Amino acid sequence: METRTTSLAPVGARNLKRETVTEENLQYLTFNLAGESYGIDILRVQEIRGWVPVTKVPNAPAFVRGVMNLRGAIVPVVDLRLRFGLESVEYTKITVVIVVMVRSEQHGDRTIGMVVDGVSDVLNINNAAEIKDAPDFGTAVHTEFISGLVAMDSGMVMLLDVDRLLSIEEMFALENLRGTESRSVVAHAS
Amino acid sequence: MAIDIGQFVQTFFEESLEGLDVMEAGLLALQPGAADLEQINTIFRAAHSIKGGSGTFGFQAVTGFTHVMETLLDQMRNGRLEVSGKAVNTLLESVDCLREMLVSLRGNAGIDEERVGELRVQLEQLLEQNQPAVGKAAPGVSPPQQSAASQPAPPALGWRIAFRPHPDLMHRGNDPVRIFRELSALGELTATPDYRQLPPLAALKPEDCYLSWELVLHGEASAEDVTEVFAWVEDECDLQIEPLTAAFAAAPPDLLEPSTAPADAPKAKASAEEGQQGELVLERRNSGERRQVERRTPLAAADSSIRVSIDKVDAVINLVGELITTQSMLSALGADFEMSRLDKLHEALDQLDRNTRDLQEHVMRIRMLPVSSVFNRFPRIVHDVSGKLGKQVELAISGEQTEIDKTVIEKIGDPLVHLVRNSLDHGLEPPDERLRQGKPETGNIMLNAYHKSGSIFIEVSDDGRGLNREALLRKGLESGLLKPGEEYSDEQIHDLIFYPGLSTAKQISDVSGRGVGMDVVRRNIQDVGGNIQVASQAGAGTKITICLPLTLAILDGQLVTIGQDCYIIPLLSIIESVQARPEMINRVAGRNEVLRFRGQHLPILRLYELFGAKGAVTDLQKGLLVVVEADGRQVGLFVDDLLGQQQVSIKSLEKNFRRVAGVAGATILGDGRVGLILDISGLVRINNAVS
Repeated sequence: METRTTSLAPVGARNLKRETVTEENLQYLTFNLAGESYGIDILRVQEIRGWVPVTKVPNAPAFVRGVMNLRGAIVPVVDLRLRFGLESVEYTKITVVIVVMVRSEQHGDRTIGMVVDGVSDVLNINNAAEIKDAPDFGTAVHTEFISGLVAMDSGMVMLLDVDRLLSIEEMFALENLRGTESRSVVAHAS
Repeated sequence: MAIDIGQFVQTFFEESLEGLDVMEAGLLALQPGAADLEQINTIFRAAHSIKGGSGTFGFQAVTGFTHVMETLLDQMRNGRLEVSGKAVNTLLESVDCLREMLVSLRGNAGIDEERVGELRVQLEQLLEQNQPAVGKAAPGVSPPQQSAASQPAPPALGWRIAFRPHPDLMHRGNDPVRIFRELSALGELTATPDYRQLPPLAALKPEDCYLSWELVLHGEASAEDVTEVFAWVEDECDLQIEPLTAAFAAAPPDLLEPSTAPADAPKAKASAEEGQQGELVLERRNSGERRQVERRTPLAAADSSIRVSIDKVDAVINLVGELITTQSMLSALGADFEMSRLDKLHEALDQLDRNTRDLQEHVMRIRMLPVSSVFNRFPRIVHDVSGKLGKQVELAISGEQTEIDKTVIEKIGDPLVHLVRNSLDHGLEPPDERLRQGKPETGNIMLNAYHKSGSIFIEVSDDGRGLNREALLRKGLESGLLKPGEEYSDEQIHDLIFYPGLSTAKQISDVSGRGVGMDVVRRNIQDVGGNIQVASQAGAGTKITICLPLTLAILDGQLVTIGQDCYIIPLLSIIESVQARPEMINRVAGRNEVLRFRGQHLPILRLYELFGAKGAVTDLQKGLLVVVEADGRQVGLFVDDLLGQQQVSIKSLEKNFRRVAGVAGATILGDGRVGLILDISGLVRINNAVS
């Protein structure tokens, strides 16, 4: 009986994760983008795929590269460099698409692919206190989809809130703003 | 052992709702003034089952209410109460009320006590009004034994009952012994069995009933009491109940020849009842299918399921078997392939192709429901609305077995109701006006469904006054949709009824006439990929034709390229593809390009511009123009080139992304890439908005 309880404990702890913030084991998938490290909640990651050419969607924002076929489902692919307003690079053999599940209250769950430079590691965080709040970078950087920062030996990892980051509605709203105003103004507006 | 009856509650609700449908259909078939005994019996039985069931599950409110209805029906079938229009309407309302009660109970919601009480009072009033007239004989429509029963009974000596159960009587859990026990409680019972149907022991099935009985019941039991005992087995036996006269009482029961004069009519009745039984089964089936689109049951959780006939499932299983055979054939070929067996490979691939298509077709068929599930609600609507409007209307329904995809069926219900109401309200003239015009007093509304060339057509037609061309033209000019001084075809003018805010009704009634509606109808139909057309002749009537795709999930597509990308145009909307010559292209106002095509001028839509595609052909003479039609308008779509044609399955782009203007959906192409399917009517609208 005793052994059974102990073996079950980690599972229980993981399930409770969302409610109890103190003692837990959080896992983040980290990836590289323009020399920076980012992390996303590993429970949202469905799969990691190599880049394959996608089908362009007319009149979509530039950072929506198109749609791909994920075993019969039509999945949009977002270039995260373009999403962050960074310089785009040519896709290479190690360019990967991380397929994530994005929650939206109005539209239910969506499956969306995001193009990153490369996947690096799985980051274990045993204590939520290790996650620091995102500092206010001023208005130059989009901080609204950064949920926290973790300092690692190798540097800083920015944890991303995929629900905000890949909200289709927000992406289109952003694109509409860009259409009317200049890019720097958008940074202020958002 | 206690049985948990909770598990049967759902069944009770389902059966009761079906029973209500049967009651409704029966009531609508009743002609006021003529007591159609078969119909009344059908309604009565349905009510009785609901009453019994609700009693078992402790729904006292339902039991009580049904009891009053049942009493009223009983009086009708005994000929004591006239089948008046008022009584039928009250009963119909009661059916609605019962349905609401059941739905509320199923959803654990409260019952609208007030409404129930009100209707109950109405029912009781009908019963009371009738009290003084009890002795009055029925208007000669009820069979002899019924009228005999309704006569002020002479000192009853008893009853002589010929009870011949069908062999399957006991299969339904009915037991003759129980019936006899109940009868003997009513008086002194003598039962004489008839053994002649008894087979030799070897052939005897212990579950079948081979015996029949001649029963003589002495005592003062009333006719109702006696029939009540047999109420549950009415369908499963031949039954004759005759009052016992002094002469009969004395005579020994004559088994061999019951063909005395009074016995003939009941015999006829028995056979009639047999026919009716078949009908009842049929109705049950229909109503079972109808339940898929249950109208007033927002809480219906069970509705996401679908009833599929076992034949359809068997067909699919057979096809899967064939597919597996083909698959193993192919893997055997692939295991050690040589070029010499190339023809074998082709053969197997052909077979795979055929199997896949068959399977697809049959799987689609599982989702198909007969359109009767929508049509069945119309008799009631026509009855109610024509009563309200004081019009005489006959509804003719045909082709109700035509099958349509379930999703489409769900979407066309409301538009059809709207169309039928329009016909009733605006289309058909009141009786006096019809007579003045030399038409029969009773107006006709026809609902028809049929398959034609890969589409399903539903027609709603009436023989009313037709559309008022003048009024429409005037309205069209007023609203600026039409330009003064131009000639318009009937078709163009009739098309105006689909524009919002255009109503030619002089008076707005609560049935229709607000000028909203037809545009919504058209939009609903377009949403499921169909289109709607109207044809009308002044004074002769209107016919509205809805054309629907057979299924929403698969379409025949034409692959086209625009720049690097491949798009799919639904084959059904393509009229023709042409390579433009310079003389065919004109410019209007220096900007809008039009294509002169078969005497018409069609706007040209450069898709690469609209979609912002790079590297596309921009010279009109180098690419191709695909002439497509949607909503009665034609447009020339400019594309780089045509590729092949193929069947594509439609996938949602919205699920993970969002709606894209000009794109109806996506599909997976042969090479695994995603292809976007063009939304032709959307493109036509975009073109209108641009120009």
